[in-house]
Amino acid sequence: MTQALDEIKIGGMGASRKRVEDNRFIRGKGNYTDDIHLPGMLHMEILRSPVAHARITRIDASKAWEIPGVHLVLTGEMMATRNLAWMPTLSYDTQAVLATDKVRFQGQEVACVIADDPYIAKDACEAIEIDYEPLPVVVNPMQAGEPDAPIIRDDKENQAGNVIYDWEVGDAEGTDRAFEQADVVSRLQLHYPRSHPSPIECCGSIADFNRSTSKLTVYMTTQAPHIIRAAVALVAELPEHMIRIISPDIGGGFGNKVPVYPGYVCSILASILLERPVKWIEDKTGNLISTGFARDVYLDGELALRRDGKILGMRMRTLADHGAFFSDAQPSKFKIGLMHSTFGCYDVPVAHLAARGLYTNKAPGGVAYRCSFRVTEAMFFQERMMHAAANDLGMDQAEFRRINLVRDDQFPHRTPLGFLLDSGQYGACLELGLKAVGYEDFLRQKEEARKNGRLLGIGISTMSEPLGAGNSREYDILGIKMFDSAEIRVHMTGKALLRTGARGQGQGHETTWAQIVAHELGIPADDVTVEEGDTDTAPFGMGTYASRSTPVAGAAIAMVCRKVRAKARKLAAHLLEVSEEDIEWELGRFYVRSAPDRGVTIQECAMAAYSNMPDGMEPGLENNAYYDPPNLTWPFACYIVTVEVDPETGVWDVLNMVAVDDCGVRINPMIVEGQIMGGLTEAFAMSSMQFITFDSEGNCIGSNYMDYLIPTSWETPGFELHGEVVTPCPHHPIGAKGVGECAAVGGPAAFVNAVMDALAGTGVRNIDMPLLPDRVWEAITERHDVSGAPPVRSDG
Amino acid sequence: MTIIYEETGAEGGPEIPQQRVTIRVNGRKVIAEVEPRLLLAHLLRHGMGLTGTHTGCDTTNCGACTVLVDGRAVKSCTMFAVQAEGREVTTVEGLATQSELHPLQEGFKEEHGLQCGFCTPGMMMAAKALLDRNPDPTEEDIRWGLSGNLCRCTGYQNIVKSVLWAAEKLRSQSAG
Repeated sequence: MTQALDEIKIGGMGASRKRVEDNRFIRGKGNYTDDIHLPGMLHMEILRSPVAHARITRIDASKAWEIPGVHLVLTGEMMATRNLAWMPTLSYDTQAVLATDKVRFQGQEVACVIADDPYIAKDACEAIEIDYEPLPVVVNPMQAGEPDAPIIRDDKENQAGNVIYDWEVGDAEGTDRAFEQADVVSRLQLHYPRSHPSPIECCGSIADFNRSTSKLTVYMTTQAPHIIRAAVALVAELPEHMIRIISPDIGGGFGNKVPVYPGYVCSILASILLERPVKWIEDKTGNLISTGFARDVYLDGELALRRDGKILGMRMRTLADHGAFFSDAQPSKFKIGLMHSTFGCYDVPVAHLAARGLYTNKAPGGVAYRCSFRVTEAMFFQERMMHAAANDLGMDQAEFRRINLVRDDQFPHRTPLGFLLDSGQYGACLELGLKAVGYEDFLRQKEEARKNGRLLGIGISTMSEPLGAGNSREYDILGIKMFDSAEIRVHMTGKALLRTGARGQGQGHETTWAQIVAHELGIPADDVTVEEGDTDTAPFGMGTYASRSTPVAGAAIAMVCRKVRAKARKLAAHLLEVSEEDIEWELGRFYVRSAPDRGVTIQECAMAAYSNMPDGMEPGLENNAYYDPPNLTWPFACYIVTVEVDPETGVWDVLNMVAVDDCGVRINPMIVEGQIMGGLTEAFAMSSMQFITFDSEGNCIGSNYMDYLIPTSWETPGFELHGEVVTPCPHHPIGAKGVGECAAVGGPAAFVNAVMDALAGTGVRNIDMPLLPDRVWEAITERHDVSGAPPVRSDG
Repeated sequence: MTIIYEETGAEGGPEIPQQRVTIRVNGRKVIAEVEPRLLLAHLLRHGMGLTGTHTGCDTTNCGACTVLVDGRAVKSCTMFAVQAEGREVTTVEGLATQSELHPLQEGFKEEHGLQCGFCTPGMMMAAKALLDRNPDPTEEDIRWGLSGNLCRCTGYQNIVKSVLWAAEKLRSQSAG
């Protein structure tokens, strides 16, 4: 008997395979956009508005043109002559490429210079003279909604005020009835502060237009190269087959590198005009003040509760600040993303959500920062509300969740706001988390400590988030359906080349995608090369964000492998001289059912596909698959944090953090755990220090890493991870669910709830993030809530 | 070799001053003519093609550009190239020999201490400076020693483990 292959040994599913991409990164041999140098390349720098709202009365670039080494100065007026002063956004709005009439936020692109080197280009930007006539500034959505607020988007016809949309979902009347029947109504209002994904690598592009071939090649920092190709074809009116977008190694994305930015458009136009490659690499301030921010939503919600803890209904109103242009990268149908996934993991009979979005004089965006379209805000509110409601009922935090979590026997579970949750073991995850953290013990310690004046607290966050858009019935961006794709070529020696429509930015696709091939075909993962990010070679896909790679592209990989296996089976039957029905498959090998010793390996089938195929069979062993998922995937997570708060200073220390993640089948457990740890770090960042705010004149506070605080190894606590609960996704071909964002989505509420629990005796109901020591100290000392984004208190 | 200077813009602009620097980079002596304002990071990246040194923030916060200057960890985005005159600079490209990775490089791979890889060269160079002065660091020593370097993907738990892994291997090598 031949021995069946050991899947772990060939780097298949479940193997903690070391990462393939590390081999170049640890040697400093990654190939990021700024590492690319093309012959004859010029450099572009952008001049940005120093003010948040002003009319431009004069632009004089003559001194910039005089600087030796300057090749081109672009202004809005010049862009307008080519119909490029404005561009469409991913949310059916328009955005200024270079300002013509007005600037509408601090940092808006006003002009750019293309020169021999970036130093000269920066000098020339400083030589451009611009006169601004200041206009009144709007820095939050409450101001924007005032009847006498200045109209920010007066460029748009029929834009009477600053409201972008009013959107609602759910049963308003039914929800009202539930509230009438409630024993207790619990309400919470909070602000999820503006944040920025802030990958360490900023955005950039190198546009290379070749006049002799009419082909435009753009190397750029994009998580979604095919969407960019479509956008460039539409905006620049170039034929799509003459556009090649190459997304080389990406130094972190987190949603920041999904949208189309003015810098990309300007570098493309400059290359077309100059017929030379033009490189644009943003500086950190440019990245933080102008590119896709996240969050900045005011949330106000209520739970209708029965005395015994059962939730009877939920209603919620959101007020979102979208900045000067509505440029969220999100499915078209949902104006506030998937905010309506809130309370999905709880058995809530009836619910209603009303969302309003407004323009302000702040940077545009609202990207999904390490989350699936606003689910971070949805889950943060949910878990802060759960915490407050349990306290209002005088009920234990864990018990209140036990009563309301969707039970295992309730799947598939339809939520009142329209989602279908297909699987999970929520109770098991919660109990595992409680056991790991030593819940009952900690509650006793907390009481003991309180007697000595010490403030200990524990915070729980349990949530299931929708990951992996589409299905294509409901999810599209600008009408393009959200499916994804994979293509595989098995060479004659049984080695393979795999390409997908996704584009990793550190998730380890080159490693894990090969593991799916190993699982499906028995080809060792080391024999599979993975390529992504080049629109001339990769099949069409919607890219990587919203944790959609494994749910969608990963599924496409399994499906294309199955197509190849079906053909290999025919080849095996031919080689073994039996009929196809008599053939069995085991990992890496077909054999004759009645004589298991008689078999051929997948490698032998591959060779036959090029050298010995049966009569009439098309040669070769390759295929592609487009995968349209039937539903989103719904991983579940339980995060529990314990803290000690120093009442004298407001400083809080994390004592312990336990994370239980049920993300279905794990392809590479090492990488999954890495994703969770990264997400928890960002959750800690958001809860403790990371935020962007604005003063009343619209100056961005948080425009560099001295003001925009990101935790280092010194502040960041350790995490204890648990993956013992595994509920395979019932509709995914390999049972996997998304996971990359769960911890960043569900984590922040666990930290905040822990601090709020420590402050339970003070009567304080809410401190808005970030929980900076001075805000916690103020809450303890003054015994009142601390709301709004620091340091501009009048902002709220 | 011939260098062609393209004439662009108006004539008679101010002459950009040039300064000659001699630096030993990864053991090799290099002479360069640079503008006095040229940052060391840019000389390494664009002048010498050593693109493993990344620039992330411009304000000396993120540490992606960390290199060793005479053995000390320095953020090369905040040092002028001319300040490196006569110094010994080591970049990530100088860590491995042709046949062998440095234990830090092995450690980062073994312990999954990187994801997108952008902060990794700076992290490894800061860690090298730390291990050179303290071959047997505690977890706390490492967390303090790397607190000048930011990571957004991985968090720090696995980075700390990677450095501990390397420290142990380096110690066993020097013991052997």
